[in-house]
Amino acid sequence: MAKRTSDRRMQVYGALLLLPAAVLLGTFAYLPTVATLINSLFLPGFRGSPPEFVGLENYALLIEDRTFWKVARNNLIYALGTIPTAIALALGMALFVNGRLPGRGLVRMAYFTPTILPMIAAANIWMFFYAPQIGLFNNLLGALGVTGPNWLGDPSVALTSVIAMAVWKEAGFFMIFYLAALQSIPPELEEAANLEGTSRWSFFWRVTFPLLMPTTLFVLINALINAVRVVDHLFILTKGGPNNATNLLLYYVYENAFSFFDRTYAATITVIILLVLAVVATVKFTVLDRRTHYQ
Amino acid sequence: MTTPTAAAPTTPSRRLVRVPSLETTAAWLLAIVWIFPLLYALWAAFHPLAFMVRFDLLAPLTLDNFTNAWNQAPFERYYLNTFLLVTGIVAAQFVVCTLAGFAFARFPIPGKDTLFMLVLIQLFVFPEVLIVENYRIASGLGLVDTITGIGLPYVASAFGIFLLRQTFKTIPRELEDAARVEGCGWMAVLLKVYVPLAKPTYLAYGLVSISHHWNNFLWPLVVTNSVESRPLTVGLGIFSAPETGVNWATISAATLLSIAPLLVAFLLFQRQFVQSFLRAGIR
Repeated sequence: MAKRTSDRRMQVYGALLLLPAAVLLGTFAYLPTVATLINSLFLPGFRGSPPEFVGLENYALLIEDRTFWKVARNNLIYALGTIPTAIALALGMALFVNGRLPGRGLVRMAYFTPTILPMIAAANIWMFFYAPQIGLFNNLLGALGVTGPNWLGDPSVALTSVIAMAVWKEAGFFMIFYLAALQSIPPELEEAANLEGTSRWSFFWRVTFPLLMPTTLFVLINALINAVRVVDHLFILTKGGPNNATNLLLYYVYENAFSFFDRTYAATITVIILLVLAVVATVKFTVLDRRTHYQ
Repeated sequence: MTTPTAAAPTTPSRRLVRVPSLETTAAWLLAIVWIFPLLYALWAAFHPLAFMVRFDLLAPLTLDNFTNAWNQAPFERYYLNTFLLVTGIVAAQFVVCTLAGFAFARFPIPGKDTLFMLVLIQLFVFPEVLIVENYRIASGLGLVDTITGIGLPYVASAFGIFLLRQTFKTIPRELEDAARVEGCGWMAVLLKVYVPLAKPTYLAYGLVSISHHWNNFLWPLVVTNSVESRPLTVGLGIFSAPETGVNWATISAATLLSIAPLLVAFLLFQRQFVQSFLRAGIR
């Protein structure tokens, strides 16, 4: 009996400990998520009239919105452009600085430093490179007698320019996870491979790379999330332009909500982002966490 | 481990003339490319505008760009705001996440696993993804254009709760029992046993959180609309927007001003930063 009351007291105590976090998460995570879902079913009320329930009309609008499709396609290209490149570079960097390299500390620092800059600052710096007339790239190209493209103003180049900057910003961050993973691979493996005369190339693909798979998956999940979450650089580099050539989903949400004041349409696009994140989360919890347990 | 480089057969003659291997060259080239943007920002900030794309080693150095930047925007206020924001968030996160992490690690709460999964959802659904509704909620609570408004959505961080729960779970129960035998209540057990033993986790999480919030932009942009509450990133974003027509050397200086504290801290405590990102990232 005494045991049961003490259990009950433990439960109450535990619940009280959870309370602050629960209230905050409720207010700033669950409530807004539910409100987003609900709002996507309404049209905003005009001149003080209440919002009007329209069912799935916003979604019908979304399907016919060519800008939305363009933005979604941009975001896909952005993800496909940044993620594999950043991961490959990160792996290369990790292999470099894991080796016996003169000035290893400096090299590692150079790779990692972009990670701790704010995206806004990084974008400012890259703006100096990309600007059409006065920018560094076109000045250097001009010195070689080549007329450089309008890096951010030409719709066929702009998204690639944005991708290049994002890769620069992210690769060093992913590198440290690879580096840690490389350092945990037992050296005996390589010694054995050396004795058998395995080439470094095949050692990498047959041993190192498979052993790094959990790290690659972890990095991949993070990179996917960042591809939909981080749009700060667009505010400086392109503002989504020219003609939406570099617009990404979250930036499109921002535009709809705070420039066009169409809150319910912004909510509808947010639902799409939430769906993407839900897929990423499901992959993480089902595929990845079979190896890493939460207990 | 024996390194890939070490595995390569390095001929003695090569060592003698010290020709760097292909790999070394590639590593260094990549490093130069990677650090170049930052070096370029330094160059632009410390030289007159005329030398933005003229690399003359004898170009005169100047601090004018910094003076201009400082005079053209209220950077001292932005510094203060960012400082208050970051310390406030980290302090509040420590308290809230410690309590929740402790509850998840040690208390028999019904439906605990489900609750914990609910918390983990926030690892994917960030406040900045929900800017539209979070703005409405913040304005309903009267938090628009306040530093509290910028920080509050991040206080109950799933990430912090997760990290601290993991750490608390590794702490042997015997230590807790010993403290309880001495008559400590739960709060005393938490403060005297769990918190001190989780110091490395707090350091790692603190550093990650500081760098995240020093650099955060979108939500602070949305929720602030005056100099009184804007953090550095938002101030810098507004200052350097192309339509303001501020010259580049000044923008360069402003950019360096905004990143300097974190950059210097990073250069001084590189190992701790990298270790923290690692500790916080690997789950």
